[in-house]
Amino acid sequence: MTPLRRLLILTVAVLLCAGAGTAMVLHAASRAADRARPRAGGPAVTAGTVTLGQHGQLDFLSQTPGPHLDAIVSVPAADAPADPGTARTASDVSCLRFYAAAGTGVCLQSAPGALTQTNRALILDARLHTLRSFPLAGTPSRARVSPSGHLAAWTVFVGGESYGAAFFSTRTSILDTRTWQLTPSLETFAITLDGHGYRAADTNFWGVSFAADDDTFYATLGTGGRTYLVRGSLSRRTVTTLVQNVECPSLSPDGTRIAFKKRVLPGAALWHEYVLDLGTLQETPLAEHRSVDDQATWLDNSTVAYSLPSNGSVSGSDLWTVPADGTGTPHLLLPGAFSPAPQ
Amino acid sequence: MYLADRSAPGGTTPVTTGTGARAARVIGTTVIALGAVSLITDVSSEMVTAVLPLYLVAGLGLSPLGFGVLDGVYNGVSALVQLLGGHLADRARNHKLVAGLGYGLSALCKPLLLLAHSLGPLGAVLALDRTGKGLRTAPRDALISLSTSAEHRGRAFGVHRAMDTAGAVLGPVSAFLILRAATGGYDAVFGVSACVAALGVLVLVLFVPSRPRGPAGPRPGAARGRVDLREALSLLRLPRLRALAGCATLLGLTTVSDAFVYLLLQRRVGVGEQWFPLLPLGTAVMFLLLAVPLGALADRVGRRAVFLAGHVGLLTAYALLLWTPATLALPYLVLALHGTFYAATDGVLPAAVADVVPERLRASGLALIGTGQALARFCCSLAFGAAWTAWGDGPALAGAAIGLLCCAAVAGVVLRPAPAR
Repeated sequence: MTPLRRLLILTVAVLLCAGAGTAMVLHAASRAADRARPRAGGPAVTAGTVTLGQHGQLDFLSQTPGPHLDAIVSVPAADAPADPGTARTASDVSCLRFYAAAGTGVCLQSAPGALTQTNRALILDARLHTLRSFPLAGTPSRARVSPSGHLAAWTVFVGGESYGAAFFSTRTSILDTRTWQLTPSLETFAITLDGHGYRAADTNFWGVSFAADDDTFYATLGTGGRTYLVRGSLSRRTVTTLVQNVECPSLSPDGTRIAFKKRVLPGAALWHEYVLDLGTLQETPLAEHRSVDDQATWLDNSTVAYSLPSNGSVSGSDLWTVPADGTGTPHLLLPGAFSPAPQ
Repeated sequence: MYLADRSAPGGTTPVTTGTGARAARVIGTTVIALGAVSLITDVSSEMVTAVLPLYLVAGLGLSPLGFGVLDGVYNGVSALVQLLGGHLADRARNHKLVAGLGYGLSALCKPLLLLAHSLGPLGAVLALDRTGKGLRTAPRDALISLSTSAEHRGRAFGVHRAMDTAGAVLGPVSAFLILRAATGGYDAVFGVSACVAALGVLVLVLFVPSRPRGPAGPRPGAARGRVDLREALSLLRLPRLRALAGCATLLGLTTVSDAFVYLLLQRRVGVGEQWFPLLPLGTAVMFLLLAVPLGALADRVGRRAVFLAGHVGLLTAYALLLWTPATLALPYLVLALHGTFYAATDGVLPAAVADVVPERLRASGLALIGTGQALARFCCSLAFGAAWTAWGDGPALAGAAIGLLCCAAVAGVVLRPAPAR
């Protein structure tokens, strides 16, 4: 083959690739634009004012295709279980993860920057104004606010790539919104594992849930291929393991039980939702038989809400509820919704 | 000097340093073509790597934590596959074919990413991608060495590594450009990545000769029949290769993995959260800038000197991380030293290996060193993690620094120039 012919083949291939690449990007862009267009059939979402901390209201992130995709929206909770089509009021704040309590919101955002993804945590007041913004080291995963609204916690996935060595770990931070004192990583806390002091380089914390005293919290500790439920104290900077195979704990409003996801098969991404009684350490499987990969939220002392991927869709998710005592059947609470925060 | 001893075994005719015409051809088109292949392939794979965590979490709603566990396994497999790739290339006497298979396999994985929607299949696709990387490394480096005369190999490998790293820098930039144009367009990122990877394979097929015209003339031993496993194993009897393999492995045992370096940088120096994802870029930029000058320097002053100096740079980076002087320049300094370490060692080592391995076993020899080094670094990661667990990050790093100092001293003695003949 002559050099000229080779160059010609390469030029044709480059042009073909450029064409195919452009087509794919344009297709994805038009799909993204399409998602942002209002669509008939889904739940009605109208722009308006969302105010956090209004008793009885349920705030969440809209996953419905339309201009308010990923925005913080609210429904009057009294109507929500009865009618999934209840009109939703949308704010102009959008997040990847969200939670709110007592008028304090935490919104984790992620946007593509020039060289890397730019991730940040926004602390919102009741009118969704940003009080403070904190840069994040990785992709947002979980967010929680204490019942008093004083503490906020978030978990991000930190990834790194370095000449063929990828690693993923989690980093969990806790913020006191009264003093703005930030605990950047729970990994600096003293760990008591099965009654003994424990240190390891591979410790990961994720999925914080706060108790009502603004000091006690629950979280997942992952180390040595195992996961543990830990109870921690923010003031003493300690965590103590309680039981194994617990991820993404969520404390009930009365503080007596933990809803959590339990890995069904070691190594497989399959989880079943359980409730643990903190008094007896007895576990009760809930009536949801699908795999739940979410940090559940208690709507009240007897109902647990969680998200599942929407049917037939890779992105998008719906909110489901199930009784917390293992009885009953799952119930679709809100289609096209994520990150619920009962007020 | 010892490493660049011109009278390579296996009967390679020593190359006399050249005339003007030869000097113009010191970096042959083959090296440039292979550099272009690596650049294009790295753009493709780094595009995927850059968006993968976000794709898993935001696109698929999965938790990427499980990957960390598998990563060690993949690295081990990739290291062993490298040995296989090297031996197969020598055996088939077709380095281009085996390298092409490796590049092709990785390219095939990119469209497969679009079909994998859960952790299991995704893990399998990424493992396959790593296998491709393992297969191609040794035959590609062998091609670079076979198409360059001994006294210019440091520079040739430097050119290749610089182009390779440029791709690693450009990849994430293109991926985030696409994501900005199309929100949630992970499929577009993977699709474009697949196209780019296919272009890389095409450049290899079109512009890399299957039998590089070695500057040393006809290839010795070409008529001596097939390379078998026994002959490949006989490489271990070459004292100079043994010395190199031993030193590369020893030094690998005390080379803390990049992931740990960045974690240490953040923990001990307090680099802001938002900068954490950019730390590898710092290393890459320095590597990119210095790979060619340091490779050329290695050709001039000797590979041993530059290789050892690179490790001294790494040692200095460890020392700075231990000392943590209160200066704003510290993270830049550590990253600069880290990048310099790569620039002074990553291409210089294969250049040195090529000098002592006969042509017909070149890929096997390069694979042997590469595998030893990779497995040693893997062991270092395990040991470093355990030491961190037991004693904390400071003592673990101090241990690694002392280990590196000792190993570098041993390497300095073992690799010292042979007495003049």
